[in-house]
Parts: sequence; C-alpha cells; structure tokens
Amino acid sequence: MLPLYDNAPAAGLLAGILFGYALEGAGFGSPRKLTAQFRLTDFAVIKVMFTAVIVCAVGLWLAGLAGILKPDGVFVPTVYLWAIAAGGLFIGAGFAIGGYCPGTSAVGFASGRWDALVFILGMVAGTTIFAAFFTQLEAFYLAGKGPNGQTMMDLTGLPEWAILAIMAGAAFGLFRLGNFFERKLGGPLTAAEILESRNEISTREPAPPLGEQAVSKGV
Amino acid sequence: MQMAGPRPFWHPLAAGAALGGALLLTFLITGHGLGASGFFTRLAAWASDRAMPAWAEANSYFGPFLRANPLASWISWEIVGVVIGAAAGALTSGRFRAMTERGPRATAGSRFVYAFIGGALTGFGARLARGCTSGLGLSGGATLAVAGFLFLLTFFLAGFLVSLAMRKEWV
Repeated sequence: MLPLYDNAPAAGLLAGILFGYALEGAGFGSPRKLTAQFRLTDFAVIKVMFTAVIVCAVGLWLAGLAGILKPDGVFVPTVYLWAIAAGGLFIGAGFAIGGYCPGTSAVGFASGRWDALVFILGMVAGTTIFAAFFTQLEAFYLAGKGPNGQTMMDLTGLPEWAILAIMAGAAFGLFRLGNFFERKLGGPLTAAEILESRNEISTREPAPPLGEQAVSKGV
Repeated sequence: MQMAGPRPFWHPLAAGAALGGALLLTFLITGHGLGASGFFTRLAAWASDRAMPAWAEANSYFGPFLRANPLASWISWEIVGVVIGAAAGALTSGRFRAMTERGPRATAGSRFVYAFIGGALTGFGARLARGCTSGLGLSGGATLAVAGFLFLLTFFLAGFLVSLAMRKEWV
C-alpha cells in the first residue's frame, strides 16, 4: 500500500534530483525567463506548473481508484486565510523583484547564477526577520483557519473527477491564451538568447518554432 | 543559429509532465510533496544559531528547530538533490554559465540589490504562508488543496502587478 512514508535521505535525494533536473530543463534557472511570465512574453511558468499539477493530481486520483493509495494518505495543507493570502503576495512580489522563488533559486545557483546566491542570502535574512517578529505576527499567522486539509472537493461538494476536468479545461484555455501572447510579443526566451545577450540591447526576432531551434551537441 | 550553442529548453508541456511525474513519485514514496522554503528556514535557523546562539535558541520561531540539528531533515537532502539534478542538467546541455543574469539595462549592482530585496520578501512571505511556490503552489495544488489555490491566486496577482514596476531591470 502506498505511500511508503519513506523519508530517508535517499528518498530526499532522489526526489530532489528529479525535481532539479526537470526545473532546469524547463528553463527555470533563468530569472529573465521566470519573470517573463509576468510580462506575458513567456508562459513557461504557467504551462509547466499547471501541467505538473494536473499530471500529479490525475496520478493520485487514479492511484486512489486502483486502491493502491491509502485514502487521505498524502499531506494536504490547511488554509490559514490571511497568512497564506499575504504570504502569496509577498512571494509574488519577491519573485517579480528578485527573479526567483525558493526552489528556482537553488536551480539558478546550480546553473551558475551569482544573483541566485544573493537571492538565497536575502531569503535567509527575510526568514530571520519573520522569526524576530513572530510573537507580534502570531495572531495574524493563525487567523482565518479553515478545516484541516481542506480540498476543493470539500469546498465545492463536487467529485474529484469534476475538479480535475475543470482544471484541465482551464489549463487548456490558459495555454491557448499564453500561445496567443507569446506569438504577439516575440516568443518565449530561448536558452541561446539567455546565454548570448548578456548586456547588449537585443532586438529579438520572433523565436522559431521549437522543432527548428538549433540543437547542439552540448559541451 | 548555426554555431554550437546551448541545447534548447524542453517543451513546456514535456517539462510539466516530467515535473508532475517527479512530484507524483515523491508523494507515493514519502506521503508529501516537494518543497523548498522549508530548507531555507532551517538554514536561517542554523545561521542565526551560529551568529547569535542565545537569541536564536530563545526565539519562539527558531527555538523549536534548534532542539536538534536544524539541517538534519528530509528537505535538506531534497535541496542537495535539486542542486545536483539542476547542475547535471545545465552542465550536460551547455546551459551552465557562471554569470549575473540581468536585463540589458540593469547593472550588476542593481541586480544584486533587487535579488536581495526579492529574496527577503520571499523568505518572509514563505514563513507567513507556511510554504512557497513548490510546497503550497505545486504540491498543495496537486492534492487539490484550497490552500494551494489560494496561494497561487495571490502569488500571481502580486507578480503581475509588481512586475509592471520592474520592467527596466529585466528587458
């Protein structure tokens, strides 16, 4: 029966290696590519994130149907309305200003980005400031608590398959919208553009379709 | 682009499928998803304990982390894995480059200042939210948690709005 509840170092390393390899492959070690999502020129963040959420959610649903996953066997975070809403605002702002989120800063660092290391130092400082004011923040931190591990099914009364179908439909629409903006605004940032144009102002041609991009032998 | 350059990034849907597969495997093995900010919290607790042990151990947030080695945790191994996996991907594809990545009009100095400010806001926000884009957005979203979608909503809202003021630094 799954999950195995194996939290040994080897499980952490394996999960991390796959996580880091996929994020790097997506281009998420680059703060210019990451923040281009918010300028609407590159929808990789939304496409990758929502695809991953749906693939994993469908996998968990199927594992449950097949009877190999323990019901309520995986961790589901609980709503703390005000703290989570405010925390999301802080992280969204931090992402737009600093160019990373916590996971992608580790990927940027591993891809050679000095600015990612500075972002990490900033996170350590921000976390320490939070800890220093925790006593004053505690009431806000705990306010608006929802039911433990509340899911969209609990909230709406809809079955899991219906939530998944709505998400898939929303993702399809969002990806179409993203393709429209990418075409209109010059195309997503490519790896070559990110590594080439260090400081000259580039007048970018629209990016070629993916199949036509140069594939090198690497180094 | 005839010359040898970096290999292109993966198609976003392929990368998303790979990430979703990695996340699913993590849930099935460990019972929880992927995270990131939890490690930086432990790193901050550890660093505070090095710099100001009396303060850190008495602090109501860091104190509980410091009853044992704060870095001895699953998430530390996961982040070590992230660095190994990402470095392997970058090195084998020609995408590794020691550089300060910034927009053409930004200076290295301004990039570092904004990276630090952005990091500080993110570190503070992740403690408030009890997670970040990975732990709440990705992993919470995949369990269809209301908390995950609430986080994603305000995360993207602030990202789009603040980004309007940051254009000069990136393009």
